[in-house]
Amino acid sequence: MTERNLVQAVNAALARAMAEDPSVLVIGEDVGADGGVFRATEGLLARFGKDRVIDTPLAEVGIAGLAVGLAAQGFRPVAEIQFTGFLYATLDQVLNHAARLRTRTRGRLTCPLVIRSPSGGGVRAPEHHSESPEAIFAHVPGLRVVVPSSPARAFGLLLAAIRDPDPVLFLEPTRLYRATREELDDDTPPLPLDRAFVLREGTDATLVAWGGMVPEALAAADALARDGVSCEVIDLATLKPLDEETILASVARTGRLVIVQEAPLTAGYGAEVAARVAERGLMSLRAPIRRVAGWDTVMPLPRLERDYLPNAMRIAAALRETMAFA
Amino acid sequence: MDTVVARFEIRCRRFLGPDGVPLGDLPGFARDPAVLVELYRGMVRTRALDQKAVALQRTGRLGTYASSLGQEAVVVGLAAAMRPEDVLLPSFREQGAQLWRGVTMREVLLYWGGDERGSDFAASRHDFPVCVPVGGQAPHAAGVALAFRLRGEPRAAVCVFGDGATSKGDVAEALVFAGVWALPAVFVVNNNQWAISVPRSAQTAAETLAQKAIAAGIAALQVDGNDVVAVRDAVEEALARARTGGGATLIEALTYRLSDHTTADDARRYRDDAEVSRHWREEPLPRLRNYLTSLGAWSREQEEALLEACRAEVEAAEAAYLATPPQDPATMFEHTFAALPADLVRQKAEALGGRT
Repeated sequence: MTERNLVQAVNAALARAMAEDPSVLVIGEDVGADGGVFRATEGLLARFGKDRVIDTPLAEVGIAGLAVGLAAQGFRPVAEIQFTGFLYATLDQVLNHAARLRTRTRGRLTCPLVIRSPSGGGVRAPEHHSESPEAIFAHVPGLRVVVPSSPARAFGLLLAAIRDPDPVLFLEPTRLYRATREELDDDTPPLPLDRAFVLREGTDATLVAWGGMVPEALAAADALARDGVSCEVIDLATLKPLDEETILASVARTGRLVIVQEAPLTAGYGAEVAARVAERGLMSLRAPIRRVAGWDTVMPLPRLERDYLPNAMRIAAALRETMAFA
Repeated sequence: MDTVVARFEIRCRRFLGPDGVPLGDLPGFARDPAVLVELYRGMVRTRALDQKAVALQRTGRLGTYASSLGQEAVVVGLAAAMRPEDVLLPSFREQGAQLWRGVTMREVLLYWGGDERGSDFAASRHDFPVCVPVGGQAPHAAGVALAFRLRGEPRAAVCVFGDGATSKGDVAEALVFAGVWALPAVFVVNNNQWAISVPRSAQTAAETLAQKAIAAGIAALQVDGNDVVAVRDAVEEALARARTGGGATLIEALTYRLSDHTTADDARRYRDDAEVSRHWREEPLPRLRNYLTSLGAWSREQEEALLEACRAEVEAAEAAYLATPPQDPATMFEHTFAALPADLVRQKAEALGGRT
């Protein structure tokens, strides 16, 4: 067993996938000698060589398009986009090409690629480095969207994403890269790409979160526990496809739902979760659904970051309001 | 003090003048009239399909269609230079190249008739489907070429796009990638002078589109895109270089879009009939036909027989296209992912009214 933080778990999953399958390639800016700006690809060049760990020119559209071409030819490229702010340029390639190639050719050509990108705020990063774009990508048919929140889930989900026959966007919460360490074996099996994780069982309210908001949700649940309120905490982890059943089963028990997202409120992924529960779980609800989210503002520069990001305190306040609803 | 640190020149290749008279020695393959007859046949087939497709659209039996009228030498010439194992990454005006590579007329009509099965063609299954977002397929070509390089295969990616696409970042990035890794790729610009209503002169201030290769460090060439011999020769040369580790090439084929942009366009809104008429005198079919006739390798009877054969082929394809049963709506769901996620299982059931 080796103790690993989240970025080390990503690195270990990449190494394992590459060792198991010679068609797995790592491509991106600074992924080679530099080992990636967050060190997610550290050591891979030395171990697998420059034909499998490929430093690209500084061109995100090109990286995404290159991955489409490689994938259609039977490789399994794992492309790193250095920061979320630079991920948007790939949207055209992801939406118009990667996610549609299977459908457009009726399965003749497919796109088994992964795009990895650090995501979210909380690390006092420069401008354009802290956004949470998951909802934009979750709206794309044919694309899976995965957001891990622990080293073990990062490892298992990335392994599964690389093995998956379809394109996956894998958003790694930057603030969790080095937040915690977990014992993690190299032969840990992959995790399913369509299951949410119940991290904490509870009976009074359901908290749904993903990515960098999961530790905040757990902290809020701790705070409420001191008041005698038992919160169930679900890490969505695979946003697309959504594990609706786990959420509905939880809400059926608790009757109360608070959804936490770091991204701006309006048209965020939390709205999708709320709509699903409204459609299929409304009769279980004993209080209106609450969303705790980033504001509908531009992500501020680091000095105001804390005023933007949802935190345990805001989540706890929402939970208390939900609990107070008669 | 300034010093000159780089110079470049762009060459233009042409073998047959507009009247079909050779301007000098022809390349080796073109010395066999039978080869030239095949190229001619490929162009006539393409035009026959285009005419039928436009007629079908005008009578409500096909969707919007992009004709390649006047550009047949570009698409046939490049396809004739390719080997079956190479990969074609077309835009949306390369039906002639697809036909040459074995895609059927019925499949082409099926695609433009709004049916995805037209892109699930039976031949040349590693070729990419039509690419509608302009230039988006260029980085795919870099990826395909990189795949060949990594596997050590003597194959190449051939990517075709229009003059407008050369303004796109996708194309610039693809050329950069192809340059730094000396990828086995050939990028062919079908410079038909018009990106819908925007003329070539308003697309870029660069003297040629071919010179965009220079900045990426790849080989550049301009060809007379109405001379199928020149197109085939240029692409063959580029492919030979690509297969032997010599890297990528950008070929600008100069031609003219004699048709509207698509059947949804009316080019008279933005360009003069006189300009179009002028370009009809340069178009590729009579050029090669005149040359073949001058060799004694083509007769009026052969011409009539070819036109009749193409007419019969097109009509058979039309009948087969129109007789193709519609797709089951279930297929819409079944190809979104390799395996249906729970959400799509539910949505499929709803779409099919409970039928699974």
